[in-house]
Amino acid sequence: MTSLPESTQRKLGLVIDLDTCVGCHACAVACKQWNDTGVVAPLSDQNPYGTEASGTWLNRVHSFEARDDQGGFALHFPRSCLHCDNAPCVTVCPTGASYKRTADGIVLVDEDLCIGCGLCAWACPYGAREMDESQGVMKKCTLCADRIDNQHLPVEDRVPACVRTCPTSARHFGDLGDPNSEVSLLVAARGGVALMPESGCAPTNRYLPPRERRSAAAPVAETGEAAADAPGGFLGWLDRVLSA
Amino acid sequence: MFPARSIILFTTLSGAGFGALAWLGLLGLAGGLPEGIPTALLAGGLAIALSVAGLVASTFHLRHPERAWRAFSQWRSSWLSREGVFSVATLGAALAMVAAWMLCGPANWAVTVAGIATLLGALATVVSTAMIYRSLWAVPQWHNGWTVPVFLALAVATGGLVLCAALSWTGALTVSPAWLAIGTLLALFAAAVAKTCAWNAASHAVPASDTPSALGLSGRAASAHPLEAPHTSETWLQHEMAYRVARRHAGKLRRIAALLGLLVALPALLLALWLGGLGASLLLTLAALAGLAAVLVERWLFFAEARHKVTLYYGAEQV
Repeated sequence: MTSLPESTQRKLGLVIDLDTCVGCHACAVACKQWNDTGVVAPLSDQNPYGTEASGTWLNRVHSFEARDDQGGFALHFPRSCLHCDNAPCVTVCPTGASYKRTADGIVLVDEDLCIGCGLCAWACPYGAREMDESQGVMKKCTLCADRIDNQHLPVEDRVPACVRTCPTSARHFGDLGDPNSEVSLLVAARGGVALMPESGCAPTNRYLPPRERRSAAAPVAETGEAAADAPGGFLGWLDRVLSA
Repeated sequence: MFPARSIILFTTLSGAGFGALAWLGLLGLAGGLPEGIPTALLAGGLAIALSVAGLVASTFHLRHPERAWRAFSQWRSSWLSREGVFSVATLGAALAMVAAWMLCGPANWAVTVAGIATLLGALATVVSTAMIYRSLWAVPQWHNGWTVPVFLALAVATGGLVLCAALSWTGALTVSPAWLAIGTLLALFAAAVAKTCAWNAASHAVPASDTPSALGLSGRAASAHPLEAPHTSETWLQHEMAYRVARRHAGKLRRIAALLGLLVALPALLLALWLGGLGASLLLTLAALAGLAAVLVERWLFFAEARHKVTLYYGAEQV
Protein backbone atom coordinates (compact mmCIF):
# COMPACT_ATOMS: atom_id res chain seq x y z
CA MET A 1 0.00 0.00 0.00
CA THR A 2 1.10 3.52 -0.74
CA SER A 3 -0.25 4.77 2.56
CA LEU A 4 2.66 5.72 4.78
CA PRO A 5 3.40 3.78 7.98
CA GLU A 6 2.36 5.59 11.19
CA SER A 7 5.89 5.22 12.44
CA THR A 8 8.93 3.13 11.61
CA GLN A 9 10.98 1.02 14.03
CA ARG A 10 14.18 2.62 12.79
CA LYS A 11 14.92 5.65 10.63
CA LEU A 12 17.89 4.69 8.55
CA GLY A 13 19.44 7.54 6.64
CA LEU A 14 22.51 9.50 5.69
CA VAL A 15 24.29 12.40 7.29
CA ILE A 16 26.31 14.39 4.76
CA ASP A 17 29.03 16.77 5.88
CA LEU A 18 29.08 19.76 3.53
CA ASP A 19 32.18 21.04 5.31
CA THR A 20 34.29 18.03 4.37
CA CYS A 21 32.85 17.11 0.99
CA VAL A 22 35.35 17.95 -1.75
CA GLY A 23 33.01 17.26 -4.66
CA CYS A 24 35.05 14.37 -6.06
CA HIS A 25 31.94 12.46 -7.23
CA ALA A 26 33.35 9.20 -5.86
CA CYS A 27 30.07 8.57 -4.00
CA ALA A 28 28.06 9.05 -7.19
CA VAL A 29 30.33 6.69 -9.11
CA ALA A 30 30.28 4.07 -6.35
CA CYS A 31 26.47 4.34 -6.25
CA LYS A 32 26.22 3.90 -10.00
CA GLN A 33 28.60 0.96 -9.91
CA TRP A 34 26.84 -0.90 -7.10
CA ASN A 35 23.34 -0.31 -8.40
CA ASP A 36 24.36 -1.18 -11.93
CA THR A 37 25.65 -4.58 -10.95
CA GLY A 38 23.70 -5.48 -7.80
CA VAL A 39 20.56 -7.56 -7.42
CA VAL A 40 18.27 -5.06 -9.16
CA ALA A 41 18.24 -4.41 -12.90
CA PRO A 42 20.98 -2.13 -14.27
CA LEU A 43 20.72 1.64 -14.22
CA SER A 44 20.69 2.36 -17.92
CA ASP A 45 22.69 4.96 -19.81
CA GLN A 46 21.74 6.57 -23.09
CA ASN A 47 24.41 7.27 -25.67
CA PRO A 48 27.10 6.58 -23.03
CA TYR A 49 30.07 7.04 -25.36
CA GLY A 50 28.67 9.99 -27.33
CA THR A 51 28.90 13.71 -26.75
CA GLU A 52 25.41 13.90 -25.20
CA ALA A 53 25.79 11.04 -22.74
CA SER A 54 23.02 10.75 -20.18
CA GLY A 55 21.71 8.13 -17.84
CA THR A 56 20.02 7.28 -14.58
CA TRP A 57 21.95 8.10 -11.43
CA LEU A 58 20.67 7.89 -7.87
CA ASN A 59 23.16 10.36 -6.46
CA ARG A 60 24.26 13.63 -8.06
CA VAL A 61 26.99 15.96 -6.83
CA HIS A 62 26.37 19.66 -7.51
CA SER A 63 28.92 22.39 -6.93
CA PHE A 64 27.81 25.86 -5.87
CA GLU A 65 29.34 29.18 -5.06
CA ALA A 66 27.64 30.28 -1.85
CA ARG A 67 27.99 33.74 -0.35
CA ASP A 68 27.92 34.85 3.26
CA ASP A 69 28.96 38.13 4.89
CA GLN A 70 32.62 37.24 4.39
CA GLY A 71 32.36 36.63 0.67
CA GLY A 72 32.05 33.55 -1.49
CA PHE A 73 32.93 29.96 -0.75
CA ALA A 74 32.69 26.75 -2.75
CA LEU A 75 30.10 24.24 -1.67
CA HIS A 76 29.89 20.70 -2.94
CA PHE A 77 26.46 19.24 -2.55
CA PRO A 78 25.60 15.55 -3.01
CA ARG A 79 21.88 15.13 -3.72
CA SER A 80 20.01 11.86 -3.29
CA CYS A 81 16.81 10.50 -1.73
CA LEU A 82 16.23 11.78 1.82
CA HIS A 83 13.93 8.86 2.81
CA CYS A 84 11.30 11.26 4.15
CA ASP A 85 8.93 10.34 6.97
CA ASN A 86 6.13 12.03 5.10
CA ALA A 87 7.19 11.01 1.60
CA PRO A 88 4.82 12.47 -1.02
CA CYS A 89 6.38 10.24 -3.70
CA VAL A 90 4.88 7.23 -1.92
CA THR A 91 1.33 8.49 -1.42
CA VAL A 92 0.87 9.74 -5.00
CA CYS A 93 1.83 6.37 -6.51
CA PRO A 94 -1.30 4.90 -8.13
CA THR A 95 -0.10 1.29 -8.30
CA GLY A 96 1.54 0.53 -4.97
CA ALA A 97 5.01 0.39 -6.56
CA SER A 98 6.31 3.05 -4.17
CA TYR A 99 6.45 2.16 -0.52
CA LYS A 100 8.18 2.99 2.75
CA ARG A 101 9.45 0.10 4.84
CA THR A 102 8.01 -0.05 8.34
CA ALA A 103 11.10 -1.77 9.72
CA ASP A 104 13.68 0.87 8.78
CA GLY A 105 11.92 3.70 6.95
CA ILE A 106 13.68 3.13 3.63
CA VAL A 107 11.64 4.35 0.64
CA LEU A 108 11.74 1.87 -2.23
CA VAL A 109 10.18 1.14 -5.62
CA ASP A 110 8.87 -2.27 -6.63
CA GLU A 111 9.90 -2.09 -10.27
CA ASP A 112 7.53 -4.89 -11.31
CA LEU A 113 4.54 -2.79 -10.24
CA CYS A 114 5.75 0.57 -11.65
CA ILE A 115 3.84 1.84 -14.69
CA GLY A 116 6.36 4.62 -15.35
CA CYS A 117 3.87 7.48 -15.01
CA GLY A 118 6.48 9.73 -13.40
CA LEU A 119 4.10 11.28 -10.86
CA CYS A 120 6.33 10.34 -7.90
CA ALA A 121 9.20 12.29 -9.45
CA TRP A 122 6.90 15.30 -9.86
CA ALA A 123 5.88 14.98 -6.21
CA CYS A 124 9.47 15.00 -4.90
CA PRO A 125 10.73 18.57 -4.34
CA TYR A 126 14.30 17.28 -4.06
CA GLY A 127 14.58 15.62 -7.47
CA ALA A 128 15.50 12.31 -5.90
CA ARG A 129 13.83 10.09 -8.46
CA GLU A 130 14.88 9.50 -12.04
CA MET A 131 13.16 7.56 -14.79
CA ASP A 132 15.17 4.75 -16.28
CA GLU A 133 14.76 5.60 -19.95
CA SER A 134 15.43 2.09 -21.19
CA GLN A 135 13.41 0.09 -18.65
CA GLY A 136 10.58 2.61 -18.28
CA VAL A 137 10.45 2.36 -14.49
CA MET A 138 11.33 4.82 -11.74
CA LYS A 139 14.67 4.49 -9.96
CA LYS A 140 15.81 5.93 -6.68
CA CYS A 141 18.32 5.53 -3.88
CA THR A 142 17.66 2.27 -2.01
CA LEU A 143 20.07 3.22 0.77
CA CYS A 144 21.77 0.08 -0.56
CA ALA A 145 19.11 -2.13 0.98
CA ASP A 146 20.92 -5.03 -0.68
CA ARG A 147 24.17 -4.23 1.18
CA ILE A 148 23.20 -3.08 4.65
CA ASP A 149 21.51 -6.35 5.67
CA ASN A 150 23.60 -8.63 3.47
CA GLN A 151 25.11 -11.37 5.63
CA HIS A 152 27.38 -12.44 2.76
CA LEU A 153 29.31 -9.19 2.90
CA PRO A 154 32.07 -8.41 5.42
CA VAL A 155 30.70 -6.28 8.27
CA GLU A 156 32.57 -3.16 7.15
CA ASP A 157 30.86 -3.35 3.75
CA ARG A 158 27.33 -3.40 5.21
CA VAL A 159 26.85 0.32 4.64
CA PRO A 160 25.67 2.14 1.51
CA ALA A 161 28.24 2.13 -1.29
CA CYS A 162 28.51 5.94 -1.22
CA VAL A 163 29.38 5.92 2.49
CA ARG A 164 31.86 3.07 2.08
CA THR A 165 33.72 4.84 -0.70
CA CYS A 166 33.80 8.49 0.46
CA PRO A 167 37.51 9.38 0.66
CA THR A 168 36.95 12.29 3.06
CA SER A 169 34.46 10.50 5.34
CA ALA A 170 31.89 13.17 4.57
CA ARG A 171 29.10 10.60 4.46
CA HIS A 172 27.70 8.81 7.50
CA PHE A 173 25.04 6.13 7.74
CA GLY A 174 22.91 5.12 10.71
CA ASP A 175 19.63 5.23 12.60
CA LEU A 176 18.46 8.82 12.88
CA GLY A 177 15.45 7.69 14.90
CA ASP A 178 17.72 6.71 17.80
CA PRO A 179 18.86 9.90 19.60
CA ASN A 180 21.97 8.11 20.91
CA SER A 181 23.20 6.73 17.59
CA GLU A 182 26.51 8.01 16.24
CA VAL A 183 24.78 9.85 13.41
CA SER A 184 22.25 11.50 15.74
CA LEU A 185 25.05 12.66 18.05
CA LEU A 186 26.94 14.01 15.05
CA VAL A 187 23.85 15.91 13.87
CA ALA A 188 23.39 17.36 17.36
CA ALA A 189 27.06 18.35 17.67
CA ARG A 190 27.30 20.01 14.28
CA GLY A 191 23.80 21.49 13.94
CA GLY A 192 22.72 19.21 11.12
CA VAL A 193 19.70 20.36 9.14
CA ALA A 194 16.98 18.97 6.90
CA LEU A 195 16.73 20.34 3.35
CA MET A 196 13.73 22.58 2.57
CA PRO A 197 12.01 21.88 5.91
CA GLU A 198 9.07 23.97 4.63
CA SER A 199 8.18 21.07 2.30
CA GLY A 200 6.52 19.19 5.15
CA CYS A 201 8.11 15.99 3.82
CA ALA A 202 10.09 15.52 7.06
CA PRO A 203 13.31 14.22 5.47
CA THR A 204 15.33 11.66 7.44
CA ASN A 205 18.72 12.59 5.96
CA ARG A 206 20.61 15.49 7.51
CA TYR A 207 23.24 17.83 6.07
CA LEU A 208 25.97 19.31 8.24
CA PRO A 209 26.48 22.95 7.15
CA PRO A 210 30.00 24.22 6.45
CA ARG A 211 31.78 25.37 9.62
CA GLU A 212 32.11 29.10 10.23
CA ARG A 213 35.27 30.46 8.68
CA ARG A 214 38.02 32.29 10.60
CA SER A 215 37.11 35.94 10.92
CA ALA A 216 39.90 37.22 8.62
CA ALA A 217 42.31 35.62 6.21
CA ALA A 218 45.93 35.44 7.45
CA PRO A 219 48.20 37.98 5.68
CA VAL A 220 50.28 36.50 2.89
CA ALA A 221 54.05 37.22 2.90
CA GLU A 222 55.23 39.29 -0.05
CA THR A 223 57.05 37.03 -2.44
CA GLY A 224 57.75 36.82 -6.15
CA GLU A 225 56.73 39.74 -8.34
CA ALA A 226 55.43 41.81 -5.43
CA ALA A 227 58.76 41.57 -3.54
CA ALA A 228 60.82 42.27 -6.67
CA ASP A 229 58.95 45.53 -7.14
CA ALA A 230 61.09 47.30 -4.56
CA PRO A 231 64.67 46.01 -4.70
CA GLY A 232 67.40 47.47 -2.56
CA GLY A 233 71.16 48.09 -3.07
CA PHE A 234 72.66 48.53 -6.56
CA LEU A 235 69.55 47.20 -8.26
CA GLY A 236 67.41 49.57 -6.23
CA TRP A 237 69.62 52.53 -7.27
CA LEU A 238 69.45 51.37 -10.92
CA ASP A 239 65.67 51.01 -10.64
CA ARG A 240 65.31 54.50 -9.24
CA VAL A 241 67.59 56.00 -11.91
CA LEU A 242 65.81 54.26 -14.76
CA SER A 243 62.38 55.13 -13.32
CA ALA A 244 63.22 58.84 -13.12
CA MET B 1 7.16 21.32 -16.21
CA PHE B 2 7.36 19.53 -19.55
CA PRO B 3 4.03 19.92 -21.39
CA ALA B 4 3.52 16.35 -22.58
CA ARG B 5 0.98 16.07 -25.40
CA SER B 6 -0.56 12.94 -23.87
CA ILE B 7 -1.39 14.70 -20.60
CA ILE B 8 -2.65 17.89 -22.27
CA LEU B 9 -4.98 15.81 -24.44
CA PHE B 10 -6.00 13.69 -21.45
CA THR B 11 -7.00 16.60 -19.22
CA THR B 12 -8.66 18.57 -22.05
CA LEU B 13 -10.67 15.73 -23.63
CA SER B 14 -11.64 13.91 -20.47
CA GLY B 15 -12.48 17.30 -18.90
CA ALA B 16 -14.90 18.05 -21.74
CA GLY B 17 -16.21 14.46 -21.79
CA PHE B 18 -16.90 14.24 -18.07
CA GLY B 19 -18.20 17.82 -18.10
CA ALA B 20 -20.72 16.77 -20.76
CA LEU B 21 -21.57 13.65 -18.73
CA ALA B 22 -22.17 15.86 -15.67
CA TRP B 23 -24.66 17.91 -17.72
CA LEU B 24 -26.35 14.76 -19.08
CA GLY B 25 -26.58 13.38 -15.54
CA LEU B 26 -28.14 16.62 -14.34
CA LEU B 27 -30.63 16.64 -17.23
CA GLY B 28 -31.35 12.95 -16.59
CA LEU B 29 -32.12 13.33 -12.89
CA ALA B 30 -34.18 16.46 -13.56
CA GLY B 31 -36.16 14.64 -16.25
CA GLY B 32 -34.94 17.18 -18.79
CA LEU B 33 -33.31 14.88 -21.34
CA PRO B 34 -34.79 15.28 -24.83
CA GLU B 35 -36.67 12.46 -26.55
CA GLY B 36 -35.30 10.40 -29.41
CA ILE B 37 -32.80 7.62 -29.92
CA PRO B 38 -30.59 9.60 -32.36
CA THR B 39 -30.29 12.41 -29.79
CA ALA B 40 -29.37 9.93 -27.06
CA LEU B 41 -26.85 8.21 -29.31
CA LEU B 42 -25.17 11.41 -30.49
CA ALA B 43 -25.12 13.31 -27.19
CA GLY B 44 -24.43 10.34 -24.91
CA GLY B 45 -22.05 8.73 -27.38
CA LEU B 46 -20.05 11.93 -27.88
CA ALA B 47 -19.69 12.57 -24.14
CA ILE B 48 -18.59 8.99 -23.48
CA ALA B 49 -16.27 8.97 -26.51
CA LEU B 50 -14.53 12.17 -25.39
CA SER B 51 -14.06 10.80 -21.86
CA VAL B 52 -12.66 7.51 -23.16
CA ALA B 53 -10.42 9.31 -25.67
CA GLY B 54 -8.96 11.37 -22.82
CA LEU B 55 -8.32 8.29 -20.70
CA VAL B 56 -6.71 6.48 -23.63
CA ALA B 57 -4.50 9.53 -24.26
CA SER B 58 -3.35 9.39 -20.63
CA THR B 59 -2.01 5.85 -21.10
CA PHE B 60 0.38 7.16 -23.77
CA HIS B 61 2.18 8.94 -20.95
CA LEU B 62 2.92 5.62 -19.24
CA ARG B 63 6.12 3.75 -19.95
CA HIS B 64 4.32 0.51 -19.10
CA PRO B 65 0.72 0.95 -20.33
CA GLU B 66 0.18 -2.82 -20.11
CA ARG B 67 0.31 -2.42 -16.32
CA ALA B 68 -2.18 0.47 -16.28
CA TRP B 69 -4.83 -1.69 -14.57
CA ARG B 70 -2.70 -1.60 -11.44
CA ALA B 71 -3.48 2.12 -11.13
CA PHE B 72 -6.96 1.28 -9.77
CA SER B 73 -5.50 -0.17 -6.57
CA GLN B 74 -4.21 2.77 -4.47
CA TRP B 75 -7.34 4.91 -4.14
CA ARG B 76 -6.73 5.23 -0.40
CA SER B 77 -3.81 7.59 -0.89
CA SER B 78 -3.39 8.53 -4.56
CA TRP B 79 -5.51 11.05 -6.47
CA LEU B 80 -4.32 9.53 -9.74
CA SER B 81 -5.70 6.18 -8.62
CA ARG B 82 -8.95 7.82 -7.46
CA GLU B 83 -9.26 9.51 -10.84
CA GLY B 84 -9.04 6.09 -12.50
CA VAL B 85 -11.62 4.52 -10.20
CA PHE B 86 -14.09 7.42 -10.50
CA SER B 87 -13.73 7.62 -14.27
CA VAL B 88 -14.48 3.95 -14.88
CA ALA B 89 -17.38 3.95 -12.39
CA THR B 90 -18.80 7.08 -14.03
CA LEU B 91 -18.53 5.58 -17.50
CA GLY B 92 -20.47 2.56 -16.23
CA ALA B 93 -23.21 4.78 -14.83
CA ALA B 94 -23.27 6.86 -18.02
CA LEU B 95 -23.62 3.78 -20.23
CA ALA B 96 -26.51 2.60 -18.06
CA MET B 97 -28.15 6.03 -18.26
CA VAL B 98 -27.81 6.29 -22.04
CA ALA B 99 -29.11 2.72 -22.46
CA ALA B 100 -32.14 3.46 -20.25
CA TRP B 101 -32.66 6.77 -22.07
CA MET B 102 -32.72 4.98 -25.44
CA LEU B 103 -34.78 1.98 -24.35
CA CYS B 104 -37.31 3.52 -21.95
CA GLY B 105 -37.30 7.21 -22.88
CA PRO B 106 -35.94 10.17 -20.95
CA ALA B 107 -38.42 10.13 -18.08
CA ASN B 108 -38.20 7.00 -15.97
CA TRP B 109 -36.66 6.00 -12.67
CA ALA B 110 -33.66 4.20 -14.24
CA VAL B 111 -32.57 7.40 -16.00
CA THR B 112 -33.04 9.36 -12.76
CA VAL B 113 -30.94 6.96 -10.68
CA ALA B 114 -28.21 6.55 -13.31
CA GLY B 115 -28.33 10.33 -13.85
CA ILE B 116 -27.54 11.01 -10.19
CA ALA B 117 -24.64 8.55 -10.30
CA THR B 118 -23.35 10.02 -13.58
CA LEU B 119 -23.52 13.60 -12.31
CA LEU B 120 -21.74 12.87 -9.02
CA GLY B 121 -19.21 10.52 -10.63
CA ALA B 122 -18.34 12.97 -13.41
CA LEU B 123 -17.77 15.83 -10.96
CA ALA B 124 -15.69 13.56 -8.71
CA THR B 125 -13.59 12.51 -11.71
CA VAL B 126 -12.85 16.11 -12.71
CA VAL B 127 -12.03 17.06 -9.12
CA SER B 128 -9.69 14.05 -8.83
CA THR B 129 -7.92 15.02 -12.06
CA ALA B 130 -7.37 18.51 -10.66
CA MET B 131 -6.26 17.11 -7.30
CA ILE B 132 -3.47 15.12 -8.98
CA TYR B 133 -1.84 18.52 -9.61
CA ARG B 134 -3.29 20.41 -6.65
CA SER B 135 -1.69 17.94 -4.23
CA LEU B 136 1.91 18.49 -5.44
CA TRP B 137 3.68 20.85 -3.04
CA ALA B 138 6.76 20.76 -5.29
CA VAL B 139 4.91 22.78 -7.96
CA PRO B 140 3.55 25.98 -6.35
CA GLN B 141 1.61 27.09 -9.46
CA TRP B 142 -0.51 23.95 -9.05
CA HIS B 143 -0.50 23.67 -5.27
CA ASN B 144 -3.08 26.35 -4.56
CA GLY B 145 -6.81 26.88 -4.19
CA TRP B 146 -7.39 27.83 -7.83
CA THR B 147 -6.48 24.56 -9.52
CA VAL B 148 -9.68 22.67 -8.66
CA PRO B 149 -12.12 25.52 -9.48
CA VAL B 150 -10.37 26.14 -12.83
CA PHE B 151 -10.45 22.47 -13.83
CA LEU B 152 -14.09 22.15 -12.75
CA ALA B 153 -15.30 25.33 -14.48
CA LEU B 154 -13.44 24.56 -17.71
CA ALA B 155 -14.75 20.98 -17.75
CA VAL B 156 -18.34 22.10 -17.18
CA ALA B 157 -17.97 24.89 -19.76
CA THR B 158 -16.41 22.79 -22.53
CA GLY B 159 -18.69 19.85 -21.72
CA GLY B 160 -21.68 22.19 -21.99
CA LEU B 161 -20.45 23.60 -25.31
CA VAL B 162 -19.97 20.12 -26.77
CA LEU B 163 -23.39 19.03 -25.55
CA CYS B 164 -25.12 22.15 -26.91
CA ALA B 165 -23.60 21.46 -30.33
CA ALA B 166 -24.55 17.77 -30.25
CA LEU B 167 -28.13 18.47 -29.18
CA SER B 168 -28.56 21.23 -31.76
CA TRP B 169 -27.65 18.89 -34.61
CA THR B 170 -30.58 16.61 -33.70
CA GLY B 171 -32.86 19.59 -33.18
CA ALA B 172 -33.15 18.88 -29.47
CA LEU B 173 -31.49 21.92 -27.97
CA THR B 174 -34.49 24.23 -28.16
CA VAL B 175 -36.94 21.81 -26.51
CA SER B 176 -36.31 21.62 -22.78
CA PRO B 177 -32.58 22.06 -22.13
CA ALA B 178 -32.41 25.74 -23.12
CA TRP B 179 -31.06 26.31 -19.62
CA LEU B 180 -28.15 24.02 -20.60
CA ALA B 181 -27.00 26.85 -22.86
CA ILE B 182 -27.46 29.41 -20.08
CA GLY B 183 -25.59 27.17 -17.63
CA THR B 184 -22.77 26.78 -20.15
CA LEU B 185 -22.57 30.55 -20.51
CA LEU B 186 -22.29 30.94 -16.75
CA ALA B 187 -19.64 28.20 -16.60
CA LEU B 188 -17.63 30.00 -19.30
CA PHE B 189 -17.76 33.19 -17.25
CA ALA B 190 -16.82 31.30 -14.10
CA ALA B 191 -13.89 29.64 -15.88
CA ALA B 192 -12.64 33.00 -17.18
CA VAL B 193 -12.85 34.55 -13.72
CA ALA B 194 -11.20 31.57 -11.99
CA LYS B 195 -8.38 31.36 -14.54
CA THR B 196 -7.73 35.11 -14.34
CA CYS B 197 -7.56 34.82 -10.55
CA ALA B 198 -5.21 31.82 -10.85
CA TRP B 199 -2.85 33.68 -13.21
CA ASN B 200 -3.02 36.75 -11.01
CA ALA B 201 -2.32 34.72 -7.86
CA ALA B 202 0.61 32.95 -9.56
CA SER B 203 2.25 36.25 -10.50
CA HIS B 204 1.87 37.62 -6.97
CA ALA B 205 2.75 34.42 -5.10
CA VAL B 206 5.56 34.70 -2.56
CA PRO B 207 8.03 31.83 -3.15
CA ALA B 208 8.29 29.53 -0.14
CA SER B 209 11.78 28.21 -0.91
CA ASP B 210 15.13 29.60 -2.00
CA THR B 211 18.45 28.03 -2.94
CA PRO B 212 20.01 28.31 0.57
CA SER B 213 16.99 26.45 1.99
CA ALA B 214 17.31 23.75 -0.69
CA LEU B 215 21.00 23.33 0.22
CA GLY B 216 20.53 23.38 3.99
CA LEU B 217 22.30 26.76 4.21
CA SER B 218 19.48 28.90 5.61
CA GLY B 219 21.09 31.27 8.09
CA ARG B 220 24.57 30.20 6.97
CA ALA B 221 24.67 31.71 3.47
CA ALA B 222 22.63 34.45 1.86
CA SER B 223 22.76 33.05 -1.66
CA ALA B 224 24.19 30.24 -3.73
CA HIS B 225 24.72 29.88 -7.46
CA PRO B 226 25.57 26.77 -9.45
CA LEU B 227 29.25 26.57 -10.22
CA GLU B 228 29.37 23.17 -11.83
CA ALA B 229 26.54 20.81 -12.80
CA PRO B 230 26.65 17.17 -11.67
CA HIS B 231 26.48 15.98 -15.27
CA THR B 232 27.73 16.96 -18.70
CA SER B 233 24.39 16.89 -20.54
CA GLU B 234 20.74 17.37 -19.69
CA THR B 235 19.12 14.64 -17.58
CA TRP B 236 15.58 13.26 -17.56
CA LEU B 237 14.94 15.31 -14.43
CA GLN B 238 15.80 18.60 -16.15
CA HIS B 239 13.88 17.68 -19.27
CA GLU B 240 10.81 16.87 -17.16
CA MET B 241 10.95 19.57 -14.47
CA ALA B 242 12.97 22.45 -15.88
CA TYR B 243 11.11 23.15 -19.12
CA ARG B 244 11.52 26.79 -20.04
CA VAL B 245 10.61 27.28 -23.69
CA ALA B 246 7.04 28.46 -23.17
CA ARG B 247 7.55 31.32 -20.77
CA ARG B 248 8.72 33.66 -23.52
CA HIS B 249 5.34 33.34 -25.23
CA ALA B 250 3.22 33.04 -22.11
CA GLY B 251 1.55 36.46 -22.44
CA LYS B 252 0.64 35.91 -26.08
CA LEU B 253 -0.68 32.40 -25.40
CA ARG B 254 -2.83 33.63 -22.51
CA ARG B 255 -4.39 36.19 -24.84
CA ILE B 256 -5.01 33.49 -27.47
CA ALA B 257 -6.77 31.28 -24.90
CA ALA B 258 -8.89 34.20 -23.70
CA LEU B 259 -9.70 35.20 -27.29
CA LEU B 260 -10.85 31.69 -28.20
CA GLY B 261 -12.94 31.32 -25.07
CA LEU B 262 -14.41 34.77 -24.58
CA LEU B 263 -14.40 36.34 -28.06
CA VAL B 264 -15.19 33.25 -30.18
CA ALA B 265 -16.96 30.57 -28.11
CA LEU B 266 -19.05 32.92 -25.97
CA PRO B 267 -20.42 35.20 -28.75
CA ALA B 268 -21.01 32.18 -31.00
CA LEU B 269 -23.10 30.57 -28.26
CA LEU B 270 -25.13 33.75 -27.72
CA LEU B 271 -25.65 34.26 -31.44
CA ALA B 272 -26.73 30.65 -31.89
CA LEU B 273 -29.37 30.95 -29.18
CA TRP B 274 -30.82 33.98 -31.01
CA LEU B 275 -30.50 32.50 -34.55
CA GLY B 276 -31.70 28.90 -34.27
CA GLY B 277 -31.79 26.44 -37.16
CA LEU B 278 -28.79 25.24 -39.16
CA GLY B 279 -26.85 28.44 -38.47
CA ALA B 280 -27.13 27.72 -34.76
CA SER B 281 -25.76 24.20 -35.19
CA LEU B 282 -22.78 25.50 -37.15
CA LEU B 283 -22.14 28.29 -34.65
CA LEU B 284 -22.42 25.91 -31.68
CA THR B 285 -19.97 23.51 -33.32
CA LEU B 286 -17.60 26.43 -33.83
CA ALA B 287 -18.11 27.42 -30.18
CA ALA B 288 -17.33 23.87 -28.97
CA LEU B 289 -14.17 23.65 -31.08
CA ALA B 290 -13.03 27.11 -29.96
CA GLY B 291 -13.68 26.14 -26.32
CA LEU B 292 -11.64 22.94 -26.66
CA ALA B 293 -8.84 24.84 -28.41
CA ALA B 294 -8.84 27.44 -25.63
CA VAL B 295 -8.47 24.70 -23.01
CA LEU B 296 -5.68 23.03 -25.01
CA VAL B 297 -3.74 26.32 -24.95
CA GLU B 298 -4.58 26.91 -21.27
CA ARG B 299 -3.47 23.38 -20.37
CA TRP B 300 -0.23 23.74 -22.31
CA LEU B 301 0.52 26.87 -20.29
CA PHE B 302 -0.59 25.13 -17.08
CA PHE B 303 2.30 22.71 -17.53
CA ALA B 304 4.86 24.85 -19.33
CA GLU B 305 4.62 27.79 -16.91
CA ALA B 306 4.77 25.64 -13.78
CA ARG B 307 8.10 25.69 -11.95
CA HIS B 308 9.26 22.70 -9.95
CA LYS B 309 11.21 23.09 -6.70
CA VAL B 310 14.04 20.97 -8.07
CA THR B 311 14.99 23.89 -10.33
CA LEU B 312 16.49 25.41 -7.16
CA TYR B 313 19.38 23.00 -7.68
CA TYR B 314 19.75 24.14 -11.29
CA GLY B 315 19.95 27.92 -11.00
CA ALA B 316 16.50 29.10 -9.88
CA GLU B 317 16.89 31.43 -6.90
CA GLN B 318 13.38 31.17 -5.51
CA VAL B 319 10.48 28.79 -6.21
